[in-house]
Amino acid sequence: MKQLKILGLVAILAGLIIAPFTQATYGTYVLSSWLVFTVAAMGLNLTLGYAGQISLAQAAFMGIGAYSTAIMTMAGLPWIASVVVGMGLCFVVGLILGYPALRVQHHFLAFVTLAFTTLAFLVMRNEEWLTGGIYGLVGIPRPSVAGLSLMDGTRYYFFTLGVFVLASCSFWWLVNSPWGRAFKGLRENPIRANSLGVDTRLVTLLAFAIGAAYGGLSGALMAPLVQYIDPMSFTLIISLKILLMVVVGGSGYFFGPFLGAGLVIMLPEFLRFAEAYYLMIYAALVVFLMVVCPSGLLGLLSRAIAAIRSREPAERGDLKEGAQL
Amino acid sequence: MSDTVLSIRNISKSFGGIQAVRDVSFDVRKGEVLGLIGPNGSGKSTLFNCVLGQLRPDTGGVTVNGQDVAGKRACALSRLGVGRTFQQLSVFPEMTVLDNIILAGQEHKGSMFSRLFGASDAGLTEEADRMIAFFRLTHLRDELAGSLSYGQQKLVDAAMAFMANPALVLLDEPAGGVNLTMLGHLKERLKTYNREHGTTFVVIEHNMEFVMSLCTRIVVLAEGAIIAEGTPEEIRANQTVIDAYLGS
Repeated sequence: MKQLKILGLVAILAGLIIAPFTQATYGTYVLSSWLVFTVAAMGLNLTLGYAGQISLAQAAFMGIGAYSTAIMTMAGLPWIASVVVGMGLCFVVGLILGYPALRVQHHFLAFVTLAFTTLAFLVMRNEEWLTGGIYGLVGIPRPSVAGLSLMDGTRYYFFTLGVFVLASCSFWWLVNSPWGRAFKGLRENPIRANSLGVDTRLVTLLAFAIGAAYGGLSGALMAPLVQYIDPMSFTLIISLKILLMVVVGGSGYFFGPFLGAGLVIMLPEFLRFAEAYYLMIYAALVVFLMVVCPSGLLGLLSRAIAAIRSREPAERGDLKEGAQL
Repeated sequence: MSDTVLSIRNISKSFGGIQAVRDVSFDVRKGEVLGLIGPNGSGKSTLFNCVLGQLRPDTGGVTVNGQDVAGKRACALSRLGVGRTFQQLSVFPEMTVLDNIILAGQEHKGSMFSRLFGASDAGLTEEADRMIAFFRLTHLRDELAGSLSYGQQKLVDAAMAFMANPALVLLDEPAGGVNLTMLGHLKERLKTYNREHGTTFVVIEHNMEFVMSLCTRIVVLAEGAIIAEGTPEEIRANQTVIDAYLGS
């Protein structure tokens, strides 16, 4: 089973390497967008899916990362420095935003994070001296790697893919570490987790901060991709879109955001044949998906696998002892 | 050196005009299994919550192994060697039994950062397997805790409380809602654990048969005050206790 999983991952990675050669410029751009939004959704998956803390602020963190990158790279600083600053800023702001989560939960927390997104939008729009205001920042340079310019769309796709793989590996390592178990403990039973020694305050703050840092990384990839950013790219609607990616894919599943972002980004492209009706079909499909599988596509798959397994007779070597229980 | 693990001194707690606990004092010695009983509204849960730092007493103090625990958060208490179970089912339903047990022990292994860079199981799989086997849950090791029966989840809950090798375990109505077969099994496991590890237990329980056969000493509360204290045999024969339960 483990070998099958590794084989599947290698096949997916090979597919991602081959993909841009089968696409025109726009197709490669859409694929890059998918990678960028998957990183943002991965962060929200940590905050919401693993740690159970609702956040509608992921677009704001993307904005912080994107503006940090745009401002610094346009000033001639290297992209990597802007990523460190952008992610660091998001981590600190995420940590601060996590404090209300120690007092309020569920829809109240959603409103707190919603207010933060609005606040971040207003700063991006009103602080023209820094952000260019409503006109945004134009001509964001793409980084170079070892002297190789990434101005070409395909090259930038591979650069994004490399960062995406690194982000995915670090996310895998994080959620499979004891920290990941503590995040899940916080989500499922915070009082019990606390009684077992889990510092639920610290874990809540970290869930926000790390999730926000992934948002910052996503923004740092997005700014050079589109080469133009304005405040409208980081509004509440984008936060809701990222939330949709996490929920549709399967909140709390490692691959949930990959699948969800793929669906949310790619589906409108596949529906273009429907012309003016494509958004209506898209919305109807999302409603259908949420009704059929509220735990997301991977939740549905997981239930199906569990149902198949439950039909198989279980081996009970300890039946004699277990029967009395 | 004193062998007192838990010391409760002159605890009083009021809620508005209602005095829930009145000047309660007692000690629990190492290895002792103390039962805390009393009719509904006698102040057992309030006292329990004062010990666990969830309520701040109006007067008096609580020490565990000589350390004042007043105002300490639950996670800090856990690190001081205080384990507990809950009245309601309190497992992590979407995690396997093994992960439940590992989570119960991992926070006591190294620092937060060493856990991040260390093994994913915090080096606890073997120990967790031993604990799972002790509670005879091996066949359920990889099942989701939420899919187990009520009694099995109670056993997982108990196993979690012991995973960090605590000096003191507070068991809040462990027999509640558990069927007779499972109850016997739970009692036998608790007795064995106490005998093998010398862990101190404080048990709040309404099931008199369970508490009388498990505990070595019993404290009886009524209307917030201690009305009797002694061995199970002494408590059974105590007229004040009988009156408090049945009405004089």
